Amino acid sequence: MQTITRDQLLDKAVSLLADGTVTAVLGWSKGEFDYDVTPAVFKTEAELKENFVWNDFCGANFSKYLVAKMDRLEGKMLVFLKPCDTYSFNQLLTEHRFDREKVYAVGIPCEGMVDIAKVKAICGEGISSVDCGGDKLLVTTLYEEQPVEVATAEVLAERCVNCKSKKHVAYDELLGEEGEVIDSNRFDEVEKLEAMTPDERFAFWQNELSRCIRCNACRDACPACTCEKCVFDNPNSGVENKAPANSFEEKMFHIIRAYHVAGRCTDCGECSRVCPQNIPLHLLNRKFIKDMNEFYGEYQAGAEVGSRAPLVDYTTEDLEPGEVFDRRDTNA
Amino acid sequence: MNNMEDTLIPKIGVITDVRIDTPDIKTFRVVTPDGKKAFDHRPGQCAMLSVPGVGEAMFSITSSPTNEEYMEFSIKKCGCVTEWLHQAEVGQQITIRGPYGNPFPVDDVFAGKNLLFIAGGVGLAPLRSVINYCRHYRDRYGEIDIVYGSRSKDDLLDYKEIIEEWSNDAGVKVHLTIDNPQEGWDGHVGFVPNYVKELGFDTNKTAVLCGPPIMIKFTLEGLCAMGFDKTQIYTTLELRMKCGVGKCGRCNVGAKYVCKDGPVFRCDELDELPDEY
Amino acid sequence: MRKCSLDSINSVFAEISKAASLYLPVDGTDGAATYTKWEEGLTWSNALNTVKSPKDFFFPQTEDLMEFKTSGKNIEVIDTRSEMEDFVVFGVRACDVKSFEVLDRVFIKEPVDSYYASKRQHGTIVAVACGRPAETCFCQTFGINPAEPAGDVSIWKTETEVFFRANTEKGEALMSKLSGLTEECGEETVNAQKEKIAAIMNKLPLKDLTTDGFGGGKTKELFDAPEWDELSQACLGCGTCTFVCPTCQCYDIKDFNTGNGVIRYRCWDSCMYSEFTKMAHGNNRLTQKERFRQRFMHKLVYYPENNDGLFSCVGCGRCLSKCPISMNIVKVMKKIGGKASE
Repeated sequence: MQTITRDQLLDKAVSLLADGTVTAVLGWSKGEFDYDVTPAVFKTEAELKENFVWNDFCGANFSKYLVAKMDRLEGKMLVFLKPCDTYSFNQLLTEHRFDREKVYAVGIPCEGMVDIAKVKAICGEGISSVDCGGDKLLVTTLYEEQPVEVATAEVLAERCVNCKSKKHVAYDELLGEEGEVIDSNRFDEVEKLEAMTPDERFAFWQNELSRCIRCNACRDACPACTCEKCVFDNPNSGVENKAPANSFEEKMFHIIRAYHVAGRCTDCGECSRVCPQNIPLHLLNRKFIKDMNEFYGEYQAGAEVGSRAPLVDYTTEDLEPGEVFDRRDTNA
Repeated sequence: MNNMEDTLIPKIGVITDVRIDTPDIKTFRVVTPDGKKAFDHRPGQCAMLSVPGVGEAMFSITSSPTNEEYMEFSIKKCGCVTEWLHQAEVGQQITIRGPYGNPFPVDDVFAGKNLLFIAGGVGLAPLRSVINYCRHYRDRYGEIDIVYGSRSKDDLLDYKEIIEEWSNDAGVKVHLTIDNPQEGWDGHVGFVPNYVKELGFDTNKTAVLCGPPIMIKFTLEGLCAMGFDKTQIYTTLELRMKCGVGKCGRCNVGAKYVCKDGPVFRCDELDELPDEY
Repeated sequence: MRKCSLDSINSVFAEISKAASLYLPVDGTDGAATYTKWEEGLTWSNALNTVKSPKDFFFPQTEDLMEFKTSGKNIEVIDTRSEMEDFVVFGVRACDVKSFEVLDRVFIKEPVDSYYASKRQHGTIVAVACGRPAETCFCQTFGINPAEPAGDVSIWKTETEVFFRANTEKGEALMSKLSGLTEECGEETVNAQKEKIAAIMNKLPLKDLTTDGFGGGKTKELFDAPEWDELSQACLGCGTCTFVCPTCQCYDIKDFNTGNGVIRYRCWDSCMYSEFTKMAHGNNRLTQKERFRQRFMHKLVYYPENNDGLFSCVGCGRCLSKCPISMNIVKVMKKIGGKASE
């Protein structure tokens, strides 16, 4: 359960709208069920009171919406940012992708977001309501007489289990307590992959990526993917395909995307959250982050505005490509 | 083998003649490898031409169905397929499938009527088919007026045919115009919609429009101001197409598929469609 | 009606597999069910449905149409279509069975799409009743009864038994192969299950969703509805809804140069994509709102207008659980339809 309440966020939004600080609020809008919240722009107090929600299902990272949503907006947009969202926010500022002056960022603490698929795996389909309270969820289903209790920790999204930071790296105003950067275990899964033989690793990715349906949700949700025209949407690029033309092509799409966001990916985990086929896409990016940390020193994209990513920076201490190769040899 | 015929599987076409019409339009003559027409069509219908490896695109058939020997396509260079075609030489094979779309109602609605054809730029390509059809069956139709304009004299499609054949037909009046004055041009200068207004046609005609969207918009307004009813005016739509038979969904506008229910529409039918064509 | 014990279902699968490829939902490494070719050792999933719909069997995500060989100025068209072998898709839900009817009306309408038609001809559908519909289910909105799935054979699964009823000649043929593994039985158990399902259907949160306000002839009324702005504002423009949808039928045709010829293939396409309608000289749908609106107008107005009122949605609920931003046809129908009927 979140330490900050919906009412606190609502009050903040309403008062900022009322005093003219902002003219619109980027927030979460309630859905048909307790878990299917949709990002929305609210313009009035009435809209907010009716539809604004804040609960354990507000996973969507709003940073990317700032790129598109403010073009025609008069005045400022209030955006609520969870700690991990602030890294994307900074990274987009570093890349000059939106106008900071048009945003009023309110940092909000986050205790981790729930992955509804994990809840369904435990409680089954037919969830009629989910009550987020304390450190457990009370799940009512069509098939059980009594609500089922599920420990929130059991059903947190992967990215929240391995949360890298409770600290906000950007905001105009912070609600609640500031957190700390966390010494997370997020590279454990990568290490497991590294420990595999090349054949095993290939088989792993073959199995995962063969499920890809090329819906582009990973790309379209990714705050690092903000090209005005993606190469994969350009009919003249020669790689614009909506389906793999052969069995290697689905891998190519994801590998190219991972390379393209390397050094810019903040590890927000949106790619894996939105994948309809449950492909752990974040592992590709995390592998690159881990490699860059090891080769060029610790670097967290988005930790500060204007920082130069290792791949676009040069220092005399940089590894020679040969050394990378040698190291890989000794690792294997 | 799956022996069912499938419209997606094309025939081979051979380019037997390439005519340079304007700086960016060429007219290609196409027959099958054994020298025949690939298929019969009606005026206004289209065909899918493709260059394997480059792509497939829909083109209106420029030649009249009354031409028993070959088909012609007037193609403006503006995309991958058309750029490739513009470099093609005589003898080059391409693929062809069709005919697709609905034709102009030449045998019922148009019969016995005075006809007014209005075209701009490469928009003459689909109209040439119906104009030549009506010229072929001259006695079935009343007076024919043709208003055609382009950017310059050099951009007038089928200029030779217009001057040497169309203009000399009894009961056919051709009105040409170009956008800007040009040396060696003593004809009318000005945009098509304005020229149509200046000419001021009687409303006892059925009008057919084809050209850039902006031309169609203003010409349509002009004709309506003259007293034409939208049910008297036909035009053609152009949207991206892949299958040509109303399945792939690309050219869907409202409940219509332009490839199958169009490209020919009566203007009052267009009012029924959502405004996204 | 015939039945077998649930314990013996694998021998049924083995028997079917002797004459035809058998595909059925199997849980994958990610925990989600996927249609998988059956072989000894695989278990029929208990999941309500697969992420990817079975439309894949008839209208695959990618499918080769033909090949071309070129030499000099000459082109050879190679018809690569081969005779399909018979196959059985087992465990299809009522909603997905209905989706085949939606697709048939597109692909089997003249001119018949031979690629689709031959697969339909060779495929046998074994449909299963839904014992435990999910909160995202709304098939009844479209007149589908999950207790009475259509298909060549209908089956009902209980804790201990599986009941079979052949509906078509193809179904009879399949059941005749299973005569040694199944026994004739009465309909009491199945009828009891149907009643149970009906009771659940009455409890589903989306049970009151109606198609009122939608259907053919509603273009003018709905196209310019102001609600499209709000509904589409968060849409990412991805193709998830389209690609998990059992009825979405738009496709692209593309050429793939193998270096040794050209393969012309088709693949699923999405009207949600920015270049879907892009032509050399322009694009008639420039904003995501226009693309978003097209998808829902097509399902709820244009398609029914051309198909005797049949809607191009079967209420399977896949888009409800898979849209990255949780926008979906139910939210659209409630917002737009509710308004139209006011």
